[in-house]
Amino acid sequence: MNWPSWLLSGFLATLALSTLLATSQGFGLTRMNLPYLIGTFVTPQREKARFYGFLVHLLNGWIFSILYVLVFEARHVANWWFGALLGLAQALFVLTVGMSLMPGIHPRMASEQHGPNANRQLEPPGFMAFHYGIQTPVSIFLAHALFGAILGSLYQLAK
Amino acid sequence: MPLRTHASERSAEMRPEDRRSAFEWPEIQDYGIIGDCRSAALVSRYGSIDWLCWPRFDAPSIFAALLDRERGGYWRISPVGPAAIKHQYVPDSNVLETHFSNPSGSAILTDMMPGASNAFYHNDFLPDHEILRKVTCDSGELEFEIEFFPVADYGKTKVQIRDIGKLGLRFTVGRGAYWLRSSTALSITDQGAWARVVLRCGESLRFSFSYSEEAPAVLRPLDLSLDTRIDHAVGAWQQWGRSANYDGAYRNEVIRSALALKLLTYAPSGAIIAAPTTSLPERIGADLNWDYRYCWLRDASFTIRALLELGYWDEAVDFLDWMLQATRLTQPKLRILYSLYGDKAPVERELKYLSGYRESRPVRIGNAARDQLQLDVYGEVIDAAAQFAFHGGHLDRDMQKALIGFGDYVAANWDQPDEGIWEPRSGRENHTHSRLLCWTAMDRLIRLGERSRLREVPIERYKKESNLIRRQIEERAWNENMQSYVSVLDGQELDASLLLLSWYGFAEAGSPRMRSTYHAIRQQLGTPNGLLFRYRREIPEGTFALCSFWEAEYLALGGGSLEEARQRFADLIKYKNDLGLYGEEIDPTTGAALGNFPQAFTHVGLIGAALSISQREKGEQQLGHRPPAATPQATSQVHS
Repeated sequence: MNWPSWLLSGFLATLALSTLLATSQGFGLTRMNLPYLIGTFVTPQREKARFYGFLVHLLNGWIFSILYVLVFEARHVANWWFGALLGLAQALFVLTVGMSLMPGIHPRMASEQHGPNANRQLEPPGFMAFHYGIQTPVSIFLAHALFGAILGSLYQLAK
Repeated sequence: MPLRTHASERSAEMRPEDRRSAFEWPEIQDYGIIGDCRSAALVSRYGSIDWLCWPRFDAPSIFAALLDRERGGYWRISPVGPAAIKHQYVPDSNVLETHFSNPSGSAILTDMMPGASNAFYHNDFLPDHEILRKVTCDSGELEFEIEFFPVADYGKTKVQIRDIGKLGLRFTVGRGAYWLRSSTALSITDQGAWARVVLRCGESLRFSFSYSEEAPAVLRPLDLSLDTRIDHAVGAWQQWGRSANYDGAYRNEVIRSALALKLLTYAPSGAIIAAPTTSLPERIGADLNWDYRYCWLRDASFTIRALLELGYWDEAVDFLDWMLQATRLTQPKLRILYSLYGDKAPVERELKYLSGYRESRPVRIGNAARDQLQLDVYGEVIDAAAQFAFHGGHLDRDMQKALIGFGDYVAANWDQPDEGIWEPRSGRENHTHSRLLCWTAMDRLIRLGERSRLREVPIERYKKESNLIRRQIEERAWNENMQSYVSVLDGQELDASLLLLSWYGFAEAGSPRMRSTYHAIRQQLGTPNGLLFRYRREIPEGTFALCSFWEAEYLALGGGSLEEARQRFADLIKYKNDLGLYGEEIDPTTGAALGNFPQAFTHVGLIGAALSISQREKGEQQLGHRPPAATPQATSQVHS
């Protein structure tokens, strides 16, 4: 594994993913604010949650890119379309499995079965995160495809 | 001929109008306002929210029954069948309570929008925008009907409500998600959601309607914590309202006006809108219907004076900052009105599909006055900054540069015709009021320069222009035959803004010219019941509430005796609604409110008149930022 190449390409890919998601929110494609969603795991304070969430998301993306790089090395393929394909697969997993698990793992998220209470007051994402906007899956697929494509095109396979 | 009574004087007996159905038009003064300093809702005394725009004052509506009973959309919580109704604010707060009673029982409906006070905001989740409603039966039993019929985009777009289990009902419009949470089950219908519930003594229903453009949205529980939130809001409002630096005879009216003004403040920028509504008519059934959800610079110096003298320093600083920031792109030129963030107000459009309030068409959004020239706004802005500086505020380098820029523009352009303060759409003229404010601009900059509050003031140049303006007003705005100042140079018409010649310090209130002008204005524009038209029209509109307060203040400033000022003020406060709110105009025959509601400028006028009366009672200096010629010696000519 080419560690320096992973460090750089993983970082840039995560930045691109964060930027695309924020842009999608700005243009009204989705209401989802991923840093806020992640940050509220640790604090209910909106501004702090956004900041912490951004840091955690950046770190998370960086670390997660190791999985992509391991697949690249295993298959001896690292190019934009293969990366994008992995990104789409990850997005599908996030939207179907990840989002449905969210009310169970997020300490401040309400569920459709129990409603909000003193501790859980955040709107759950629902199937495919449709609660956060009908086009939310589109932005998540696009962002993860971009993440994978950048990773695939920038990462240099180990000799 | 006072027709309205104060809430405390009114019993809860059923009035004939309490029997009206939800589809009949309430009077304009039947509304109260709740808000979160970013948006506002109008709640009728029949328990119906008939106007709401989220996420900000000038956004498209989600409830607009105020402008079209059938297609506008509303959210009503009221008893089934007739009931006596009394509504009032929890004292010194913006939390509204409506009391319903009939022979079977009585209940209280509480309405409020939680604000985002910093302390609260940082310790808890809060929805971006939320309305809390709670109805509690306090005796017997009462059957309530809940109708929740939202329609987006000024009654144009039907919404699709979905039941999301225990999370509540949800619909989306554009980029925003709306959630309605209710402690009782609601049936989804074609139009929205509906329920009927019998409440017995001690039972309550709780509702939360929220809006968010960011996910995950915050959904607060409807348990007892909702009651705590209401109590918290009452406390916060009372703390703010009771901090007003006023101990005069009109405390209730002044604090209510300050609270109304606070609700019309857009907290993120500091802007203050003229009114939260559009197209409430100045004449029922006619076309004098305008969108007031923007910020007019002409209100600046009166507003700053009210805020500073009541001790609301933070709000005054925010407003002044907004004013100078908002105008940055156009400096040294000024527009007459701006959006909440200082952009140009939207182009005026007519919504032809809406009936308008009581068939008062057209309903307009946006405002065509955005392209008008009003030279008076320069004087208003400069006077506001001067008041701020003379109260001890610091004018930073950018502010100073902007003020000098405005001054240079006035010095070069004061002799131009303009549309004037009343914004007629009939063309430009040489308005006396505009000249007065150009003189004010020069005068204040000279005084700021002489007191070293402002650097690099071209004092001699400004003095020269100031003298020229003064001479023109004295020679051409004075009509010898009428023995009065007149609205337009060399003209013969009067308007109430001439009373401001004293307010700004151009002429002493007790001077022979001002006294005879005042008598001419009262004779031509006054009504026997103490009200004042702003000017004469062939088909009259309502009397202008602000001008009536100008008159009371003119008397307090030395144009009349203290007793005359008090009497005029007492005449006017009879026309507030039972919540203490005013619209733009007052029907001189019926006493009904007309025009957009509630109106910031009217409440600023009320505060100003009350302050001047109080200051005169105590022998304190009035309007200390004016030239010495217009201020203290007036007291020597005044007979209390």
